[in-house]
Amino acid sequence: MTTYIARRMLASIPVLLGVSILVFLIMHLAPGDPALIMLGPKATAEALERLRQELGLDQPLYIQYVRWLGNVLQGDLGRSVQLKREVSELLATRFSATLLLTAGASLLAVVVGVVAGVTSAARQYSLLDRVSMLTALVGFCLPVFWLGLLLQITLGYRWPIFPVSGMNSPGTTGLLDTLWHLVLPAVTLATGAAAVIARMTRSSVLEVIRQDYIRTARAKGLSERVVLYRHALRNALIPVLTVVGLQVGFLLGGAVLVEMVFSWPGIGLLMVNGILARDFPLVQGAVLVVAASYVIINLLVDVLYAFVDPRIRY
Amino acid sequence: MRQAGPDLDGERRSGPGVWQRLKRDRWAVASLFVLLAVGVIAVIGPFIAPHDPLETNLSMRLKPPGTPGHLLGTDELGRDVLSRLLHGTRLSVGIGFLAVLMAMAAGVTLGLAAGYYGGFFDALAMRGIDVLMAFPYVLLAIAIIAALGPGLTNAMLAIAIAGIPYYARITRSAVLSVREQEYIEAQRALGSTNRRIVLRHVLPNALAPIIVAATLDVGWMITAAAGMSFLGLGAQPPTPEWGVMLSDGRQFIRVAPHLTLMPGLAIFIVVLALNLLGDGLRDALDPRLKDS
Repeated sequence: MTTYIARRMLASIPVLLGVSILVFLIMHLAPGDPALIMLGPKATAEALERLRQELGLDQPLYIQYVRWLGNVLQGDLGRSVQLKREVSELLATRFSATLLLTAGASLLAVVVGVVAGVTSAARQYSLLDRVSMLTALVGFCLPVFWLGLLLQITLGYRWPIFPVSGMNSPGTTGLLDTLWHLVLPAVTLATGAAAVIARMTRSSVLEVIRQDYIRTARAKGLSERVVLYRHALRNALIPVLTVVGLQVGFLLGGAVLVEMVFSWPGIGLLMVNGILARDFPLVQGAVLVVAASYVIINLLVDVLYAFVDPRIRY
Repeated sequence: MRQAGPDLDGERRSGPGVWQRLKRDRWAVASLFVLLAVGVIAVIGPFIAPHDPLETNLSMRLKPPGTPGHLLGTDELGRDVLSRLLHGTRLSVGIGFLAVLMAMAAGVTLGLAAGYYGGFFDALAMRGIDVLMAFPYVLLAIAIIAALGPGLTNAMLAIAIAGIPYYARITRSAVLSVREQEYIEAQRALGSTNRRIVLRHVLPNALAPIIVAATLDVGWMITAAAGMSFLGLGAQPPTPEWGVMLSDGRQFIRVAPHLTLMPGLAIFIVVLALNLLGDGLRDALDPRLKDS
């Protein structure tokens, strides 16, 4: 197990390096002088020169990269041109909001998706199965930003049950208040992922449910719930886990859109504003943090495989 | 959010049976009709639109659907929502199709070359693709827009580039399963050139999963393009693009919810139809996958 985990961790290093090169290149793929793009045509020659020196743009590209990577590894993501603050400082506060949103949505998607999938499989072709798979199809096809707006219109304005924007009510900081604000964004973000997980769980459970050991479990007189959740689901879990891992990527990307809809003060909102202001250090930092998180989450999912199915060793 | 295409083992499953099987799936057939209608609207939409999509009329601001002369109401500048939707069909759906075509062309070429030739080129291409796939799709598209700058064309390019690894992977795995088949070996023994083998024999036999993936992907790319416009990174106001309309309408969500309902519904219908058709196609091309 330890060798497998170590090998899997080592395999992530070249991917992370590749990610860092791509993120570094964001600024250099932009047509034209990055300093001019960032400061705009009205910038003075001195200001341009100062920024070029600050970003090391006067150095050869590979030296710029090595220097940038060295700084990143020490937690220095540079300075936001627009907000005039350290990028790592800006991201630190925002990242926790994105993480909360993504974690909440992941939890919701996994619980709803797995329960719906197992229930559907247990009652294949029943009305419940058809309704839940139709719901999954609709959920899968709903654009995440539109679903967010629909929930705002219905549960935010028409029947004002949940707050529609921000992370806290004005003047409040409590956890309960935050969780209350989290409901609509998390449901919005989770819906598509829950749909995919439900469909995958259903087909995966259907595949194992006809196996001999399930018949044996039933013959032993175990309750249907134990048969389904302890015997069938456990063996159907690998494809489900793969989908869950992929969905986390979808959730991290989708979070940008959901943050926009609900003014959730996360990293996505900061990133979009950074792009519109052509603030390259800020965008690079934000993209790097989210992409690196995704790589680490995938690593964790791979490690989980080995726990769920001890036969797995690469 | 993507679904896996069918995993064919190189056996050719296209042919007359596919259409017969597809015809039996009433949801797929209904979706085909919906998509045909959308296609027609994309072509003739601008000619049948009752108003100019950019024509403002401040005395008719924020009128609800059903207002005489404005079937789907008007927006904050008094522009006719129906006309904007009709004009936007070509743009919004067209971006999705074009982006898929671009991603497919580049991804399939890369996947074919990597899968068929193998060796160092394959290893290099696959490591590159691993890196691209280490980014969540939307984030990769956003990162590319960050480099190229916001705008409609750049957004389309970005979602297309972000889609390349997906097609390269599918093509490569399809090619790997076809490559070792006897008929390919026979072609090699006959002295066919690599190019001929790839284009005449490998590609047609690897095409089924690519077509299914592309059908499912068009909907995804339409949504992604609208999403980029919604974020302000794609098409810009006053362009009558569905994502822009959603983004504009958002500010009036309390007083005129139809401004967000209509364009969102349009995207949803197209994406739903594409998914139903894609599912139907997948089942028709590989009936073993039914119920999966």
